[in-house]
Amino acid sequence: MLHFPQWKLILVIGIVVAGIVFALPNVFPRATMENMPSWLPHKQVHLGLDLQGGAHLLYQLDENEMTEDWLGTIRDDVRETLRKNRIPYIDLMQNVAERTVSVKIREGGDFDKAYSELRKLSVPVGGTLGGFSGAHNFDVDQSGDNGIVLKVTEAGLTQRMNSAIQASIETIRRRVDAFGTTEPSIQRQGRNRVLVQVPGISDVERLKKLIGETGKLEFKLVDPSANAAQLAESKQVPPDDDLLYSTSTPPVPYAIKKETLVSGESLVDAQPSFDQRTGEPVVTFRFDATGAKRFGKVTQENVGLPFAIVLDGKVISAPVIREPILGGSGQISGRFNVQEANDLAVLLRSGALPAKLTVIEERTVGASLGADSIAAGKKAALLGLMLVVLFMFAAYGLFGLFANIALLINIALIFGVLSLIGSTLTLPGIAGIVLTMGIAVDANVLINERIREEIRAGKSPFASVEAGYTRAMSTIVDSNVTTLLSTLVLFWLGSGPVRGFAVTLSIGILASMFTAVTVTRLMVVYWMRWARPAMVPI
Amino acid sequence: MFTGFHFIPPDTRIGFVKLRTISWVISALLTIAPLLLVWKVGLNYGIDFQGGTLMEIQTTESAANIADIRAKVHGLNLGEVQIQEFGAPNDVLIRIAAQPTEKEQQDSIAKVKQVLGDDVEYRRVEVVGPTISSELISGGTLAVVVAMGAILLYIWFRFEWQFAVAAIASLVHDVTGTIGLYSALQLEFNLSSIAAILTIIGYSLNDKVVIFDRIRENLRKYKKMPLTELLDLSINETLSRTVLTHVTTFLAMMAFVIVGGEAIYGFSLAMVWGIVIGAYSSIYVAAPLQLILGVRREGGTATAPAKAKAAGAAARA
Repeated sequence: MLHFPQWKLILVIGIVVAGIVFALPNVFPRATMENMPSWLPHKQVHLGLDLQGGAHLLYQLDENEMTEDWLGTIRDDVRETLRKNRIPYIDLMQNVAERTVSVKIREGGDFDKAYSELRKLSVPVGGTLGGFSGAHNFDVDQSGDNGIVLKVTEAGLTQRMNSAIQASIETIRRRVDAFGTTEPSIQRQGRNRVLVQVPGISDVERLKKLIGETGKLEFKLVDPSANAAQLAESKQVPPDDDLLYSTSTPPVPYAIKKETLVSGESLVDAQPSFDQRTGEPVVTFRFDATGAKRFGKVTQENVGLPFAIVLDGKVISAPVIREPILGGSGQISGRFNVQEANDLAVLLRSGALPAKLTVIEERTVGASLGADSIAAGKKAALLGLMLVVLFMFAAYGLFGLFANIALLINIALIFGVLSLIGSTLTLPGIAGIVLTMGIAVDANVLINERIREEIRAGKSPFASVEAGYTRAMSTIVDSNVTTLLSTLVLFWLGSGPVRGFAVTLSIGILASMFTAVTVTRLMVVYWMRWARPAMVPI
Repeated sequence: MFTGFHFIPPDTRIGFVKLRTISWVISALLTIAPLLLVWKVGLNYGIDFQGGTLMEIQTTESAANIADIRAKVHGLNLGEVQIQEFGAPNDVLIRIAAQPTEKEQQDSIAKVKQVLGDDVEYRRVEVVGPTISSELISGGTLAVVVAMGAILLYIWFRFEWQFAVAAIASLVHDVTGTIGLYSALQLEFNLSSIAAILTIIGYSLNDKVVIFDRIRENLRKYKKMPLTELLDLSINETLSRTVLTHVTTFLAMMAFVIVGGEAIYGFSLAMVWGIVIGAYSSIYVAAPLQLILGVRREGGTATAPAKAKAAGAAARA
């Protein structure tokens, strides 16, 4: 009767103490925690973006653009291959909607050779285990008379998307790191998305600008024979030129040679700096060995002519080459302010994004709103707790008091687990804790009501308490499992704050099954053994 | 020693099920009226489901000049724009309708920030593009359906199919009732509303299970008692628990309605309302439905208790 084995007692007390110890860091300010012995846990509950402020940005990689780029590359490869083999062809074109590149071979006699050469362009997808995986990145097929169609496969596209997303994440991480905020999180979501979460950032527009820029840097020559202003008027651009505009306001047109002399991929470093003569903010850069050689050669051949530094299709500046630049380093000046120079350096250092990223969801919370939410959540939680505690005591007296102690332990356990698993506390999460109070108390209400019934049925104090706990158990399990089920669905569906709610609620429900049943039982058992009451005070 | 007030006297015997004709009418009204309301008045969909931009700004002056802000933002020609006070007099909420593309959506924020200048603090900016909003709609609906399905299966497994059907019927009642509240008060219906509905489903079910449990127990105990009487007995026996639990949860959530702040007001209000209608539907919908569905006394009931005991033992161990 009311048996409580020693090992169980130790286990229960152990769990409670561990819960409290892990929850404690949340009670003290950080400064106090730093003075505590190092063997004590120091982890505090991680606050969600809605409580500490920050930015949540969901980016989507433009799959069409990526496919288009790729088809363009395949087309160039086809042209190159056929030229190299001296095979005449016509109608080389790409079709984005059908994801194909098609070409017609002029002479029927060349067809077999062309077909076998083009087939070599296609490579197997993924970790080729002896080349048996079967799927290639694109299929090469005959179509009609002497026609060859190269069709991008789903597997090929997926592989390309995977590496593009991977590269985007790396690039974004380097750009976000430049802000120096603590613990930014950059994760892939689904097939073509990247979720960027940056706690505590204030200048969200700047962050978005820095991430959203593709960051493709090119050094090109300005066409000295063309008059850009006239071209902009007439729209008749020579076939070897592009009409590009400067980043300044108002934008100035430039006629730029299509050929890229050196690209940003050859950069090894870029740093914000100041021009030694004018004191103006500039970005200094350094090329790798091949880039330096190429840049040196180009500048040597074009002394006295202007060249353009082009970023994402816009001309940053177009200085005249005064002397050959042989050292492999140089500087970009473009009437920047200090921050612009700094951001450009970050952009160049981080490398280009493989494709354009678009924001499809943005949620940013200012620090002041976060602080207000914490204050409101704290106030509401304390008020809720107070009301529940008073009500439970009013309803059950001493047994209500036991339930209340268990409730406090329950809350400590929730915080302990949250700190331990590094989960995030959000404002709805705080509401989840409060809801848990109601649910945790419910288990004790069920038990206490059962005890009252057993007493009325004429059982002895010890027997009725025992029966109360035993018989309420299946009800408690059933009712909590159903709540847990809907909470799991919530976790699976939810993102951010809602997920925080699901986390605290499920931890709370699990903890309450422990505290309400085991912890109160322990208290009741020891009290009964000590007081030996003639009747149960309930 | 203080042993607590017995808020509900132990010998309470209220004829809940006896009055079922009246309660059927009320329950039917509570289920259908919200649907009519949603049909006629509609829901105030937030940007989660509609797409668009939401900005919460705070002016440094004591009170925001709403007319001025309205004029400035309207001048940008961004389509439908709503501007309203939000909580404090210097807190303003700006809602901008969804723009045709994700890029224009992004540009709209930059434009608003430009016209409002640096005198205001941007407390919250939320932008949901068309891609995401349609995903959230299907995700939200799916979640509610999956949750209901999982619950149906669990109750079926633990009790009888009649209980499962009764539970789902009363959950539908609770869900429509909650949606009705959103429509009636024109509270913003967004992702957290789906969270509120799912939580209400879980919580309200908790309650039904407790009463079902007692019905099942009494079915074994009183083999000859008429079903109407037995249902009333079960509800009354658990009434004290029903009231106490709902009052505590109600009090706890009420604290959030009162001092939890604007950010979570809609969610907590829905929860409080869900607690109330959940309690109603446990007593007046879930239990009486057993009369119609005709719960069996023999056969299946013999296996169910064995399972319950096994689960109880496992949980104790």
